[in-house]
Amino acid sequence: MADERENVGKIYAPRPYNVIGKSKPRIDGREKATGAGKYCGDLKMPNMLYGKLLQSPYAHAKILSIDTSEALKIPGVIDVITAKDVPDLKYGISPARWDENILCIEKVLFVGDKVAAVACLDEETCYKALQAIKVEYEPLKPVLDYRTAMDEDMPQIHAEYERNINTEIHQKFGDPDEVFKNAYHVRTDTFVGQRTYQSPIEPHSAISYWKEGKLTVWSSTQTVHYFQTYIARQFGLKLGDVRVIRPLIGGAFGGKLEPTGLEFCSAILSRRTGRPVKMFYDRHEMFAHNRGRHQGTYEITTGVDETGKILGVRCNFLLDGGAYTSLGIATAYYSGGLLTLTYDFENYEFNLRRMYTNLPACGAQRGHGAPQPKYAFESHLNNVAEDLGMDPIELRKRNTRKADTITINGFGIQSCHLDECIDKIVEVTDWEKKRKEGMPKNIGLGMATGSFVSGAGYPIVRSDYPHSSCMIRVNEDGTSATLYSMSVDIGQGSDTAYCQMAAEAMGYRYENMKIVAGDTETTPLDFGAYSSRQTLMGGWACKRAGEEIKSKILETAGFMLNLPPEDLICEDAKIWSRSRPKVEPLTFEEVAKKYFIIKGPLVGTGVYSPPRLGGYYKGAAVATSPAYSFCAQAAEVAVDEETGQVDILHAWDVHDAGQIINPNLMKGQVHGAFAMGFSESVYEQVLFDENGKLINPDLTNYRLITAKDMCKFDNYLIDATDEVAGPWGVKEVGEGANNPTMGAIRNAIMDAAGVSVSSLPITAEKVWRALKEKKAAEKAAAGKD
Amino acid sequence: MSEKFLLDDNGIKRFLVTINVNGIDYTKMVKANTLLASFLRDDLDLTGTKRGCELGDCGSCTVLVDGKPMNSCLILALEADHKKIVTIEGVSTTDDLDIVQEKFLEFGAIQCGYCSPGMIMSAKALLMRNPHPTYEEIADGIAGNLCRCSGYINIIRAILSASGQEVENY
Repeated sequence: MADERENVGKIYAPRPYNVIGKSKPRIDGREKATGAGKYCGDLKMPNMLYGKLLQSPYAHAKILSIDTSEALKIPGVIDVITAKDVPDLKYGISPARWDENILCIEKVLFVGDKVAAVACLDEETCYKALQAIKVEYEPLKPVLDYRTAMDEDMPQIHAEYERNINTEIHQKFGDPDEVFKNAYHVRTDTFVGQRTYQSPIEPHSAISYWKEGKLTVWSSTQTVHYFQTYIARQFGLKLGDVRVIRPLIGGAFGGKLEPTGLEFCSAILSRRTGRPVKMFYDRHEMFAHNRGRHQGTYEITTGVDETGKILGVRCNFLLDGGAYTSLGIATAYYSGGLLTLTYDFENYEFNLRRMYTNLPACGAQRGHGAPQPKYAFESHLNNVAEDLGMDPIELRKRNTRKADTITINGFGIQSCHLDECIDKIVEVTDWEKKRKEGMPKNIGLGMATGSFVSGAGYPIVRSDYPHSSCMIRVNEDGTSATLYSMSVDIGQGSDTAYCQMAAEAMGYRYENMKIVAGDTETTPLDFGAYSSRQTLMGGWACKRAGEEIKSKILETAGFMLNLPPEDLICEDAKIWSRSRPKVEPLTFEEVAKKYFIIKGPLVGTGVYSPPRLGGYYKGAAVATSPAYSFCAQAAEVAVDEETGQVDILHAWDVHDAGQIINPNLMKGQVHGAFAMGFSESVYEQVLFDENGKLINPDLTNYRLITAKDMCKFDNYLIDATDEVAGPWGVKEVGEGANNPTMGAIRNAIMDAAGVSVSSLPITAEKVWRALKEKKAAEKAAAGKD
Repeated sequence: MSEKFLLDDNGIKRFLVTINVNGIDYTKMVKANTLLASFLRDDLDLTGTKRGCELGDCGSCTVLVDGKPMNSCLILALEADHKKIVTIEGVSTTDDLDIVQEKFLEFGAIQCGYCSPGMIMSAKALLMRNPHPTYEEIADGIAGNLCRCSGYINIIRAILSASGQEVENY
């Protein structure tokens, strides 16, 4: 069939899309580039007070008494609150594991736990007030090592959780033990991951203003909906009386996913003082609040046949959860749940314990639970390949996930181009030549695969609400349209992507779009920024709202032109007739204006609920998603034999992310996800002393990669838009690109140095020691001969 | 250092300083411990200069002090007395963006944007002393500015392009 727009002439040259698939400039770019944009910490209100939290100096202690009288005498100190002044309702991600209080009641559970809060005229006075609060503690023995937290002689941190077990998972599909008996080769490896911290550059802050029965909270949050729900619950308020607003957010990566003492305490302090109260963390306090990546021990056993086909996998994982559940219950299920995505096997056993310790709570860091287990699995698979004398790529290709399959743990996969991703990695890295001919001494190449959910299949707060909804209002004269959505742009660019998707569906222009987002009072429900959900789920809402606008425009234009709406096309803000191409096109603006004159506001709404997903076993909901992205990554590294220093020289990412809405934003996500994985692979680790105190809570001693460290990096896309579960075939990219990184880098280091470092981060010291041991062993062996 | 001070009722000195910010002289009373970053943000409401770590580690508060890029969280307002400060708000005083800002937008070098003002100030300083930097020189020049979103690639490309060098955009 000839293109229906062929007749129209060259002005309307056929293009697949007018707005999506293009690197439109960020909608918030200008205000961010000029410093005009306001983050929560930049906001100031008339009569505003400043507040700080008093943090526990002990990892585990009883609170015997708190005396705030001296603090209250300091000029400029307006109010001091302790546990008796705040609700004692526990909170957390899962009703089965609500275990955290706004302020500690009887015990403090980690260095940095919340003891009291102050509100003062200025910031400097806050620190004086904190120092003047006298707290009498009875120190208790702390539990600092998750590996021994279950031992009989260990103190119990939470009364309800025996032997400090926070979460225990036993999932079994098929029977790995049975297939191991007859497998050609069975291998077990154990890898250890470290605790990392999201380290967004913007510190958390919150401003609460509670007046006339209504509480308004401005917060650096990834999800205003979740904050609204838990703030309302704590204070017994109706949802309608709690308004949560996100200003600009300076990065989050999972670290701003749950309300903190800042929101809760500023609310109480505002109610008591009648004034707006701003509270904030400094960098040290951010590390103390933490909620970063769990450290864990990952034992994996795999049985294969002689061709390398994986017959079964068994995982025994142990996680350090820290003092509270935080989002850790989901992390725990994600840890094993997502391991079945990139390789297809029929027998799988996943056992996990998440332990309580007297350290800051761990939560959801980019890739939520998956990156460390994936690092362990990908490292382990390289070991298996080596045992079999197989190329690591060949082993993977023997087992890759295919389109239209169901994982053994019940996740439905529609589109999947993992084979093409791996083939492209082989091509762009010159894999075969480098493998065959060998590489220069101490240089190595490694790869790994990745996959991630495009939005969690089940809500973060149990409800039957749709996961995303939005509203578009075209203004009276049609020269702009405003998109209203509760989504949150944390830097990934969702505001821009939403406007592009809405404009595409409307047949409008991106440049005329405005957005109001992340405000619970003015925007319809969208769960927010987590689980890489917004482009797919919010995308459906934008598409549907846009299509409603377009159909109203076509109907009105039909009336104006005396033509049936079915004969009309609306694209790039022009409306023209298919049958009468010479009729002068109408502009979107004039049609929208006519609509307003006849019918009033031109509004479209859209909504999205995922279908019922997943199996019926315990924990089956976690890691379900309407669609999964796939990718392969490779890294080339040099290892300095003398110092153990690892230099990452070049890395590649090939992604099956479906339709790309904005290539520039997509590249930013892939670069950033890889960079975070790079940094976690070789530099980052949150360290504690023997009393549970943070050793490196700053950005010098907690080392993030700098511009000088970043390697040459290429990313490629698989050109496929066949994902039926996503609008225009979109899938996620921002977390999946962090999924294979640590495994790829470890495998490259192994290839370069011939030594396996089985714990993260792979520091120069660890590599140096491994090299030294290898040399000593070689010497000893030579001596024996 | 300013010799002009008053003693308050608690015996704390308040100094009179005149600091030129973005071409305008501001005369204000500051305490001995007032940081330049706080002076800019709290006294002048120039919140484009960000607080990230307050220890000089992250570079979010980078401003130009007499043309040199410095962490304004490590300088006292008192030390800036009679100095010329340029903040992100002063990079472009018209509605047109500075070339560095423009290129940051064009190359997708801005994500969450929290490091962007400091990053742009470091880039400005770099291009003033080295108008045609190499990729490596740019990486050196912004090594004191941490970005958690971008992996730095698009930032470096934007600065390369701002210096007039040919850079392929996607």
